[in-house]
Amino acid sequence: MSCLKISILLSLFLFVVTPSTAQEDLMNLLTDQDEEVEIVPSSFKGTKIINGHSTKTKNKGELDFLIYHRFGPINSGIQEFFGLDQANIRLGLEYGIIDVLDVGIGRSSFEKTYDGYIKWKFMRQKKGASNFPLSMVWLTSMAIGTNQTAAEISTVERIGYTYELLLSRKFTDRFTFQLMPGMVHLNAVPETVDDNDIYYLGGAFRFKLSPSIALTGEYYYRFNPLVSVQTYDSFGMGIDIETGGHVFQLHITNSRPTFEKGFITDTRDNFWDGDIRFGFNISRTFHMGSHN
Amino acid sequence: MPSQAQKYISVSSEITFFSSAPVEDISAINNEAKSAYDKATGEIVFMVPINKFVFPKSLMQEHFNEKYLHSEEFPSATFRGIISDHEDDSGLAWADGELEIHGVKQHIRVSGDFSSFEQSASLNCKFNVMLADYDIKIPSILFKNIAEEIEITVHIAYELFEN
Repeated sequence: MSCLKISILLSLFLFVVTPSTAQEDLMNLLTDQDEEVEIVPSSFKGTKIINGHSTKTKNKGELDFLIYHRFGPINSGIQEFFGLDQANIRLGLEYGIIDVLDVGIGRSSFEKTYDGYIKWKFMRQKKGASNFPLSMVWLTSMAIGTNQTAAEISTVERIGYTYELLLSRKFTDRFTFQLMPGMVHLNAVPETVDDNDIYYLGGAFRFKLSPSIALTGEYYYRFNPLVSVQTYDSFGMGIDIETGGHVFQLHITNSRPTFEKGFITDTRDNFWDGDIRFGFNISRTFHMGSHN
Repeated sequence: MPSQAQKYISVSSEITFFSSAPVEDISAINNEAKSAYDKATGEIVFMVPINKFVFPKSLMQEHFNEKYLHSEEFPSATFRGIISDHEDDSGLAWADGELEIHGVKQHIRVSGDFSSFEQSASLNCKFNVMLADYDIKIPSILFKNIAEEIEITVHIAYELFEN
Protein backbone atom coordinates (compact mmCIF):
# COMPACT_ATOMS: atom_id res chain seq x y z
CA MET A 1 0.00 0.00 0.00
CA SER A 2 2.62 2.49 1.13
CA CYS A 3 4.90 1.23 -1.64
CA LEU A 4 2.25 2.12 -4.13
CA LYS A 5 1.89 5.58 -2.64
CA ILE A 6 5.60 6.15 -2.81
CA SER A 7 5.84 5.04 -6.41
CA ILE A 8 2.92 7.31 -7.33
CA LEU A 9 4.56 10.20 -5.54
CA LEU A 10 7.87 9.37 -7.17
CA SER A 11 6.39 9.25 -10.64
CA LEU A 12 4.56 12.52 -10.00
CA PHE A 13 7.80 14.00 -8.80
CA LEU A 14 9.66 12.80 -11.88
CA PHE A 15 6.88 14.02 -14.10
CA VAL A 16 7.09 17.48 -12.55
CA VAL A 17 10.87 17.62 -12.61
CA THR A 18 11.47 16.44 -16.17
CA PRO A 19 10.11 19.44 -18.07
CA SER A 20 11.82 21.87 -15.69
CA THR A 21 15.26 20.37 -16.40
CA ALA A 22 14.67 21.13 -20.04
CA GLN A 23 14.11 24.71 -19.00
CA GLU A 24 17.26 24.67 -16.91
CA ASP A 25 19.08 23.98 -20.18
CA LEU A 26 17.46 26.99 -21.76
CA MET A 27 18.35 29.03 -18.67
CA ASN A 28 21.96 27.85 -19.05
CA LEU A 29 22.12 29.70 -22.35
CA LEU A 30 21.74 32.86 -20.27
CA THR A 31 24.21 32.08 -17.50
CA ASP A 32 27.14 30.79 -19.56
CA GLN A 33 28.46 34.32 -19.82
CA ASP A 34 31.61 35.54 -18.10
CA GLU A 35 31.37 36.43 -14.47
CA GLU A 36 31.21 40.17 -13.95
CA VAL A 37 33.15 42.43 -11.64
CA GLU A 38 30.94 43.75 -8.89
CA ILE A 39 31.78 46.74 -6.75
CA VAL A 40 30.89 46.02 -3.13
CA PRO A 41 28.35 48.70 -2.24
CA SER A 42 27.76 50.77 0.87
CA SER A 43 30.55 49.99 3.29
CA PHE A 44 29.27 53.02 5.17
CA LYS A 45 26.13 55.14 4.83
CA GLY A 46 27.54 58.43 6.04
CA THR A 47 30.63 60.24 4.75
CA LYS A 48 31.55 60.52 8.45
CA ILE A 49 31.58 57.70 10.98
CA ILE A 50 31.43 59.97 14.05
CA ASN A 51 34.07 62.69 13.95
CA GLY A 52 36.29 61.12 11.34
CA HIS A 53 35.64 60.36 7.69
CA SER A 54 34.52 57.03 6.31
CA THR A 55 35.48 55.61 2.90
CA LYS A 56 32.04 56.62 1.63
CA THR A 57 32.10 59.17 -1.17
CA LYS A 58 29.05 60.78 -2.71
CA ASN A 59 27.90 59.71 -6.13
CA LYS A 60 28.48 62.13 -8.98
CA GLY A 61 26.22 65.14 -8.68
CA GLU A 62 25.11 64.49 -5.11
CA LEU A 63 25.36 67.42 -2.73
CA ASP A 64 25.16 66.80 1.01
CA PHE A 65 24.19 69.47 3.47
CA LEU A 66 25.80 68.49 6.76
CA ILE A 67 25.05 69.56 10.30
CA TYR A 68 27.37 68.27 13.03
CA HIS A 69 26.42 69.15 16.57
CA ARG A 70 28.21 68.38 19.86
CA PHE A 71 26.80 69.30 23.26
CA GLY A 72 28.82 69.94 26.41
CA PRO A 73 30.08 67.15 28.68
CA ILE A 74 27.35 65.06 30.32
CA ASN A 75 29.21 65.28 33.66
CA SER A 76 28.89 69.09 33.78
CA GLY A 77 25.84 68.66 36.02
CA ILE A 78 22.30 69.95 36.25
CA GLN A 79 23.45 73.60 36.14
CA GLU A 80 24.58 73.02 32.52
CA PHE A 81 21.66 70.62 31.97
CA PHE A 82 24.18 67.78 31.53
CA GLY A 83 25.89 69.58 28.68
CA LEU A 84 22.80 70.34 26.64
CA ASP A 85 23.15 74.09 27.34
CA GLN A 86 26.35 74.17 25.31
CA ALA A 87 26.51 73.93 21.56
CA ASN A 88 29.35 73.23 19.16
CA ILE A 89 28.23 73.17 15.61
CA ARG A 90 29.72 72.64 12.17
CA LEU A 91 27.75 73.46 9.04
CA GLY A 92 29.13 71.93 5.88
CA LEU A 93 28.64 70.96 2.27
CA GLU A 94 30.09 67.94 0.50
CA TYR A 95 29.79 67.42 -3.25
CA GLY A 96 30.53 64.43 -5.47
CA ILE A 97 32.41 65.71 -8.55
CA ILE A 98 32.57 62.14 -9.83
CA ASP A 99 31.54 58.95 -8.01
CA VAL A 100 34.93 58.61 -6.35
CA LEU A 101 35.97 62.23 -5.76
CA ASP A 102 34.41 64.54 -3.17
CA VAL A 103 35.14 68.07 -2.08
CA GLY A 104 33.83 69.54 1.14
CA ILE A 105 33.80 72.81 3.03
CA GLY A 106 32.59 73.68 6.49
CA ARG A 107 32.56 76.19 9.27
CA SER A 108 32.74 75.20 12.93
CA SER A 109 31.94 77.23 16.02
CA PHE A 110 35.01 75.62 17.64
CA GLU A 111 37.69 78.36 17.40
CA LYS A 112 35.60 79.81 14.53
CA THR A 113 37.26 77.38 12.17
CA TYR A 114 36.85 77.11 8.41
CA ASP A 115 37.85 73.81 6.86
CA GLY A 116 37.96 72.21 3.46
CA TYR A 117 38.89 68.79 2.18
CA ILE A 118 39.30 66.53 -0.83
CA LYS A 119 38.45 62.85 -0.64
CA TRP A 120 39.56 60.53 -3.41
CA LYS A 121 38.52 56.89 -3.46
CA PHE A 122 41.31 55.46 -5.62
CA MET A 123 40.43 51.79 -5.08
CA ARG A 124 37.05 50.21 -4.52
CA GLN A 125 36.37 46.86 -2.90
CA LYS A 126 35.39 44.44 -5.66
CA LYS A 127 34.27 40.87 -6.00
CA GLY A 128 33.48 38.55 -8.88
CA ALA A 129 35.77 38.22 -11.89
CA SER A 130 38.23 40.71 -10.44
CA ASN A 131 38.69 40.73 -6.72
CA PHE A 132 40.01 43.52 -4.52
CA PRO A 133 39.66 43.25 -0.75
CA LEU A 134 39.68 46.92 0.28
CA SER A 135 38.27 50.33 -0.44
CA MET A 136 41.07 52.91 -0.30
CA VAL A 137 40.58 56.62 0.11
CA TRP A 138 43.04 59.48 0.31
CA LEU A 139 41.94 62.48 2.37
CA THR A 140 43.64 65.86 2.44
CA SER A 141 42.06 68.49 4.65
CA MET A 142 42.93 71.97 5.76
CA ALA A 143 41.53 73.92 8.70
CA ILE A 144 42.05 77.50 9.78
CA GLY A 145 40.90 78.98 13.07
CA THR A 146 39.78 82.62 12.99
CA ASN A 147 39.19 83.23 16.67
CA GLN A 148 40.28 86.81 17.47
CA THR A 149 41.12 86.21 21.14
CA ALA A 150 44.70 85.23 20.40
CA ALA A 151 45.51 88.13 18.09
CA GLU A 152 49.29 87.68 18.22
CA ILE A 153 49.06 84.52 16.11
CA SER A 154 49.38 85.14 12.38
CA THR A 155 46.95 83.72 9.85
CA VAL A 156 49.47 81.21 8.50
CA GLU A 157 50.17 79.95 12.01
CA ARG A 158 46.50 79.11 12.51
CA ILE A 159 46.46 76.60 9.65
CA GLY A 160 46.65 72.86 10.08
CA TYR A 161 46.75 70.17 7.39
CA THR A 162 45.71 66.55 7.59
CA TYR A 163 46.82 63.73 5.30
CA GLU A 164 45.03 60.46 5.85
CA LEU A 165 44.76 57.08 4.15
CA LEU A 166 41.48 55.30 4.77
CA LEU A 167 41.31 51.53 4.29
CA SER A 168 37.98 49.82 4.73
CA ARG A 169 36.73 46.32 4.20
CA LYS A 170 33.13 45.21 4.21
CA PHE A 171 33.62 41.72 5.67
CA THR A 172 29.96 40.74 5.58
CA ASP A 173 26.74 42.41 4.58
CA ARG A 174 26.56 43.68 8.17
CA PHE A 175 30.12 44.35 9.28
CA THR A 176 32.64 46.89 7.96
CA PHE A 177 36.00 47.68 9.52
CA GLN A 178 38.21 50.65 8.71
CA LEU A 179 41.79 51.70 9.51
CA MET A 180 42.99 55.30 9.15
CA PRO A 181 46.72 55.98 9.40
CA GLY A 182 47.45 59.69 9.06
CA MET A 183 49.32 62.80 10.03
CA VAL A 184 48.25 66.27 11.13
CA HIS A 185 50.68 69.07 10.39
CA LEU A 186 50.27 72.15 12.58
CA ASN A 187 51.92 75.29 11.23
CA ALA A 188 52.33 76.47 14.81
CA VAL A 189 52.32 74.55 18.10
CA PRO A 190 51.90 75.93 21.65
CA GLU A 191 55.48 75.21 22.82
CA THR A 192 58.75 74.25 21.14
CA VAL A 193 58.66 70.82 22.84
CA ASP A 194 55.57 69.97 20.78
CA ASP A 195 55.89 68.22 17.44
CA ASN A 196 54.45 70.00 14.40
CA ASP A 197 53.68 66.66 12.77
CA ILE A 198 51.38 64.48 14.82
CA TYR A 199 51.06 60.91 13.59
CA TYR A 200 48.06 58.79 14.38
CA LEU A 201 46.26 55.56 13.59
CA GLY A 202 42.49 55.42 13.71
CA GLY A 203 40.21 52.39 13.76
CA ALA A 204 36.46 52.33 13.13
CA PHE A 205 33.63 49.91 12.50
CA ARG A 206 30.03 49.76 11.42
CA PHE A 207 27.70 46.91 12.37
CA LYS A 208 24.26 46.83 10.79
CA LEU A 209 21.47 45.98 13.23
CA SER A 210 18.71 46.29 10.62
CA PRO A 211 18.54 47.50 7.00
CA SER A 212 18.34 51.12 8.23
CA ILE A 213 20.07 51.10 11.62
CA ALA A 214 23.73 50.47 12.38
CA LEU A 215 26.07 50.61 15.36
CA THR A 216 29.32 52.54 14.84
CA GLY A 217 32.50 53.23 16.76
CA GLU A 218 35.86 54.92 16.21
CA TYR A 219 39.13 55.51 18.05
CA TYR A 220 42.16 57.58 17.08
CA TYR A 221 45.49 56.68 18.71
CA ARG A 222 48.19 59.39 18.53
CA PHE A 223 51.85 58.29 18.50
CA ASN A 224 53.23 61.71 19.49
CA PRO A 225 50.52 63.97 20.96
CA LEU A 226 51.17 67.54 22.05
CA VAL A 227 53.06 67.48 25.34
CA SER A 228 52.62 71.09 26.55
CA VAL A 229 48.85 70.68 26.87
CA GLN A 230 46.94 67.69 28.16
CA THR A 231 45.00 66.16 25.29
CA TYR A 232 43.36 62.76 24.85
CA ASP A 233 42.74 60.27 22.06
CA SER A 234 39.41 60.84 20.36
CA PHE A 235 36.83 58.13 20.91
CA GLY A 236 33.19 57.73 19.98
CA MET A 237 30.32 55.26 19.82
CA GLY A 238 27.13 55.83 17.90
CA ILE A 239 24.07 54.76 15.99
CA ASP A 240 23.38 55.47 12.30
CA ILE A 241 19.80 55.79 11.14
CA GLU A 242 19.16 56.03 7.42
CA THR A 243 15.90 57.13 5.89
CA GLY A 244 15.17 58.30 2.30
CA GLY A 245 17.71 61.07 1.66
CA HIS A 246 18.85 61.56 5.26
CA VAL A 247 21.44 59.92 7.46
CA PHE A 248 21.07 60.62 11.19
CA GLN A 249 24.04 59.74 13.37
CA LEU A 250 23.60 59.90 17.15
CA HIS A 251 26.66 59.37 19.28
CA ILE A 252 28.69 59.95 22.42
CA THR A 253 32.26 61.21 22.12
CA ASN A 254 34.89 63.09 24.09
CA SER A 255 35.77 65.43 21.19
CA ARG A 256 34.36 68.90 20.74
CA PRO A 257 35.65 69.75 17.24
CA THR A 258 34.53 67.64 14.27
CA PHE A 259 37.37 68.37 11.83
CA GLU A 260 40.65 66.36 11.84
CA LYS A 261 43.05 69.03 13.05
CA GLY A 262 40.75 69.69 16.02
CA PHE A 263 39.61 66.30 17.23
CA ILE A 264 42.94 64.56 16.68
CA THR A 265 45.30 67.13 18.20
CA ASP A 266 43.02 69.07 20.48
CA THR A 267 40.57 66.78 22.30
CA ARG A 268 40.77 68.13 25.86
CA ASP A 269 38.35 65.73 27.52
CA ASN A 270 38.96 62.24 28.84
CA PHE A 271 36.14 59.91 27.85
CA TRP A 272 37.02 57.49 30.67
CA ASP A 273 36.70 60.28 33.29
CA GLY A 274 33.11 60.81 32.17
CA ASP A 275 33.77 63.86 29.96
CA ILE A 276 31.32 62.47 27.44
CA ARG A 277 29.39 64.63 25.00
CA PHE A 278 26.19 63.72 23.31
CA GLY A 279 26.23 64.69 19.63
CA PHE A 280 24.62 64.13 16.28
CA ASN A 281 25.41 64.42 12.58
CA ILE A 282 22.61 65.00 10.11
CA SER A 283 23.07 64.84 6.37
CA ARG A 284 20.59 65.66 3.67
CA THR A 285 21.40 64.63 0.11
CA PHE A 286 20.33 66.78 -2.83
CA HIS A 287 20.60 65.56 -6.40
CA MET A 288 22.10 68.09 -8.76
CA GLY A 289 20.86 66.55 -12.00
CA SER A 290 20.74 62.93 -13.12
CA HIS A 291 23.61 60.65 -12.15
CA ASN A 292 23.89 59.03 -15.58
CA MET B 1 19.56 18.74 -34.48
CA PRO B 2 16.43 20.57 -35.53
CA SER B 3 15.52 21.45 -31.93
CA GLN B 4 18.85 23.18 -31.46
CA ALA B 5 18.25 25.28 -34.54
CA GLN B 6 15.02 26.58 -33.08
CA LYS B 7 16.42 28.25 -30.01
CA TYR B 8 16.49 32.02 -29.91
CA ILE B 9 18.54 34.17 -27.57
CA SER B 10 18.17 37.85 -26.72
CA VAL B 11 20.48 40.33 -28.40
CA SER B 12 19.00 43.46 -26.88
CA SER B 13 16.60 44.04 -24.05
CA GLU B 14 14.89 46.80 -22.17
CA ILE B 15 12.94 46.15 -19.02
CA THR B 16 11.42 49.14 -17.27
CA PHE B 17 9.38 49.43 -14.17
CA PHE B 18 7.11 52.27 -13.26
CA SER B 19 5.66 53.13 -9.90
CA SER B 20 3.09 55.86 -9.62
CA ALA B 21 2.44 57.24 -6.14
CA PRO B 22 1.04 60.50 -4.77
CA VAL B 23 4.44 61.98 -3.93
CA GLU B 24 6.45 60.96 -6.97
CA ASP B 25 6.54 58.73 -10.01
CA ILE B 26 9.56 56.44 -10.05
CA SER B 27 10.86 54.58 -13.06
CA ALA B 28 13.97 52.55 -13.75
CA ILE B 29 15.44 50.92 -16.85
CA ASN B 30 17.40 47.70 -17.16
CA ASN B 31 19.26 46.86 -20.39
CA GLU B 32 21.12 43.85 -19.00
CA ALA B 33 18.28 41.34 -18.93
CA LYS B 34 18.67 38.13 -20.92
CA SER B 35 16.09 35.83 -22.40
CA ALA B 36 15.94 32.64 -24.42
CA TYR B 37 13.11 30.98 -26.32
CA ASP B 38 12.78 27.46 -27.65
CA LYS B 39 10.42 27.39 -30.59
CA ALA B 40 10.13 23.61 -30.56
CA THR B 41 8.75 23.43 -27.03
CA GLY B 42 7.46 26.97 -26.57
CA GLU B 43 9.63 27.39 -23.49
CA ILE B 44 10.75 30.91 -22.64
CA VAL B 45 13.10 32.00 -19.86
CA PHE B 46 14.27 35.36 -18.53
CA MET B 47 17.06 36.39 -16.23
CA VAL B 48 17.07 39.97 -14.94
CA PRO B 49 19.98 41.20 -12.82
CA ILE B 50 18.33 43.33 -10.14
CA ASN B 51 21.28 45.63 -9.51
CA LYS B 52 21.32 46.69 -13.18
CA PHE B 53 18.15 48.74 -12.89
CA VAL B 54 19.21 52.34 -13.46
CA PHE B 55 17.27 55.02 -11.59
CA PRO B 56 17.24 58.77 -12.16
CA LYS B 57 18.55 59.26 -8.60
CA SER B 58 21.47 57.19 -7.36
CA LEU B 59 20.16 57.04 -3.80
CA MET B 60 16.93 55.46 -5.07
CA GLN B 61 19.00 52.82 -6.80
CA GLU B 62 20.92 52.16 -3.59
CA HIS B 63 17.74 51.81 -1.54
CA PHE B 64 16.05 49.69 -4.21
CA ASN B 65 18.91 47.19 -4.03
CA GLU B 66 19.63 47.24 -0.32
CA LYS B 67 16.29 47.79 1.34
CA TYR B 68 13.58 46.47 -0.95
CA LEU B 69 14.95 43.85 -3.35
CA HIS B 70 17.98 42.76 -1.26
CA SER B 71 19.93 42.17 -4.45
CA GLU B 72 23.04 40.82 -2.72
CA GLU B 73 20.96 37.93 -1.45
CA PHE B 74 18.67 37.68 -4.48
CA PRO B 75 20.76 38.94 -7.41
CA SER B 76 18.37 38.01 -10.23
CA ALA B 77 14.69 37.88 -11.02
CA THR B 78 13.79 34.98 -13.29
CA PHE B 79 10.87 33.79 -15.33
CA ARG B 80 10.43 30.24 -16.58
CA GLY B 81 7.39 29.64 -18.67
CA ILE B 82 5.76 28.38 -21.83
CA ILE B 83 4.30 30.42 -24.62
CA SER B 84 0.87 29.06 -25.31
CA ASP B 85 -1.98 30.32 -27.48
CA HIS B 86 0.39 31.86 -29.95
CA GLU B 87 -1.48 33.28 -32.92
CA ASP B 88 0.36 32.29 -36.12
CA ASP B 89 3.94 33.39 -35.48
CA SER B 90 2.76 36.95 -35.10
CA GLY B 91 0.57 38.98 -32.81
CA LEU B 92 -0.97 38.14 -29.47
CA ALA B 93 0.59 35.45 -27.34
CA TRP B 94 0.14 34.21 -23.78
CA ALA B 95 2.91 33.02 -21.51
CA ASP B 96 2.33 30.88 -18.43
CA GLY B 97 5.00 30.32 -15.88
CA GLU B 98 6.78 31.11 -12.66
CA LEU B 99 8.12 34.56 -11.97
CA GLU B 100 10.69 34.66 -9.19
CA ILE B 101 11.51 38.01 -7.60
CA HIS B 102 13.16 38.58 -4.24
CA GLY B 103 13.35 34.82 -3.74
CA VAL B 104 9.56 34.39 -3.99
CA LYS B 105 7.98 32.39 -6.84
CA GLN B 106 4.54 33.21 -8.17
CA HIS B 107 2.66 31.70 -11.04
CA ILE B 108 1.70 34.34 -13.59
CA ARG B 109 -0.02 34.50 -16.96
CA VAL B 110 1.02 37.37 -19.17
CA SER B 111 -0.10 38.49 -22.60
CA GLY B 112 2.05 40.31 -25.12
CA ASP B 113 3.07 40.73 -28.72
CA PHE B 114 5.36 37.96 -29.80
CA SER B 115 6.68 37.47 -33.34
CA SER B 116 9.16 34.87 -34.45
CA PHE B 117 10.79 34.58 -37.85
CA GLU B 118 13.45 32.32 -39.30
CA GLN B 119 16.41 34.30 -37.99
CA SER B 120 14.93 36.52 -35.32
CA ALA B 121 12.08 37.09 -32.89
CA SER B 122 10.74 39.93 -30.79
CA LEU B 123 8.65 40.32 -27.68
CA ASN B 124 6.80 43.30 -26.23
CA CYS B 125 4.63 43.04 -23.17
CA LYS B 126 3.40 44.90 -20.16
CA PHE B 127 2.11 43.55 -16.87
CA ASN B 128 1.65 44.50 -13.23
CA VAL B 129 3.31 43.10 -10.15
CA MET B 130 2.02 43.49 -6.60
CA LEU B 131 4.95 44.10 -4.22
CA ALA B 132 3.20 42.18 -1.44
CA ASP B 133 3.09 39.01 -3.60
CA TYR B 134 6.88 38.92 -3.57
CA ASP B 135 7.35 39.80 0.08
CA ILE B 136 8.79 43.21 -0.82
CA LYS B 137 8.18 45.48 2.14
CA ILE B 138 8.31 49.25 1.96
CA PRO B 139 9.22 50.93 5.26
CA SER B 140 6.19 52.89 6.51
CA ILE B 141 8.18 56.13 6.48
CA LEU B 142 8.37 55.93 2.67
CA PHE B 143 4.99 54.45 1.89
CA LYS B 144 3.66 57.52 0.13
CA ASN B 145 6.57 57.45 -2.32
CA ILE B 146 6.12 53.96 -3.67
CA ALA B 147 3.08 52.32 -5.20
CA GLU B 148 1.94 48.89 -4.06
CA GLU B 149 1.57 47.82 -7.65
CA ILE B 150 4.40 48.22 -10.14
CA GLU B 151 4.05 48.24 -13.91
CA ILE B 152 6.68 46.24 -15.79
CA THR B 153 7.36 46.76 -19.49
CA VAL B 154 9.46 44.29 -21.47
CA HIS B 155 11.02 44.71 -24.91
CA ILE B 156 13.29 41.95 -26.18
CA ALA B 157 14.87 41.34 -29.55
CA TYR B 158 16.03 37.78 -30.26
CA GLU B 159 18.27 36.17 -32.79
CA LEU B 160 18.50 32.53 -33.74
CA PHE B 161 20.98 30.84 -31.46
CA GLU B 162 23.81 28.96 -33.12
CA ASN B 163 26.40 26.98 -31.25
